[in-house]
Amino acid sequence: MDKNINVLIVDDYRTMLRIIRNLLKQLDFNNVDEAVDGQEALAKLRAGNFGLVISDWNMAPMTGLDLLKEVRADQRLKNMPFIMITAESKTENVVAAKQAGVSNYIVKPFNAETLREKIEKVLVHA
Amino acid sequence: MPDGTPQGPEGDRIEATVRAVLTSMAGDLTAKESALLAELEGLGRTIARAKAEIAALQVEDIRDAHIPSATDELDAIVDHTAHATNEILDCCETLEQMQAELSGDAADKLQGAVTRIYEACSFQDITGQRIGKVVTALKAIEARISAIVSAASGMPGPEAPPVVAAKPLDESRTEGQKLANGPQLPGAGVSQSEIDRLLASFD
Repeated sequence: MDKNINVLIVDDYRTMLRIIRNLLKQLDFNNVDEAVDGQEALAKLRAGNFGLVISDWNMAPMTGLDLLKEVRADQRLKNMPFIMITAESKTENVVAAKQAGVSNYIVKPFNAETLREKIEKVLVHA
Repeated sequence: MPDGTPQGPEGDRIEATVRAVLTSMAGDLTAKESALLAELEGLGRTIARAKAEIAALQVEDIRDAHIPSATDELDAIVDHTAHATNEILDCCETLEQMQAELSGDAADKLQGAVTRIYEACSFQDITGQRIGKVVTALKAIEARISAIVSAASGMPGPEAPPVVAAKPLDESRTEGQKLANGPQLPGAGVSQSEIDRLLASFD
């Protein structure tokens, strides 16, 4: 598993961005960029060279699910590992995310071990 | 507060006219018709009283003071918890820098403790989203109360806010927006292990 990849974390709560960034640092992922909604994330993904997206769902104007759909529809980004980390915990949310092509799904509040496990899983299969 | 009933000389004149008409009719009505008329009069008085009571609810206080005050307090809670959480995170980052000076078991224990603090701090996101849902509900209640009082008074108050739908029309929303409901109450959502099983069922 290459820990030198660029990781984009997307969340409209700055505190959550900071928590995820610090947890990633503990896992030796040091190349981390941030976006506060799907639109900003999509612009950064199209302009940059990322190897993993970790995104919240409930953001405006573009939600995490809509970002995921845009990523999967983009020829260059369509195979990007994409983990959703969200408080949306209804079955219909998980099913919609899976149908849109999510690589894995973490429900908030989450622990560091779950984050590590899901990242390893999606990067090994990437 | 006006209740839709004409007040002053005009109201007196209408009341006198109605009474005169009813009095003149009284002799022409059967007992059943008179009873029905009395029922209708009673019903009219009940409706007028209900309208007056609704109009007297002082909805302006709810709309102009109570709800803005409540939403301001909730916003302040979010701000203060965010500030406190960031203070905690500052301390955690300092501890992580100090961890480099430690070794072995002590370093591992410190790392474990800091990780647990990070995990616990994610509460701020969840509480912020829950409070956001409460604010949305308060604003919907405010709009509905204003609409009821305006309708009851028969006078769409000039300062009454327009009644708007709680959410934009479904047709204009994306799937991601339609499914964005925020945190569920305990027992209403699925757990991480259930999500893992659900995802595995697609493979």
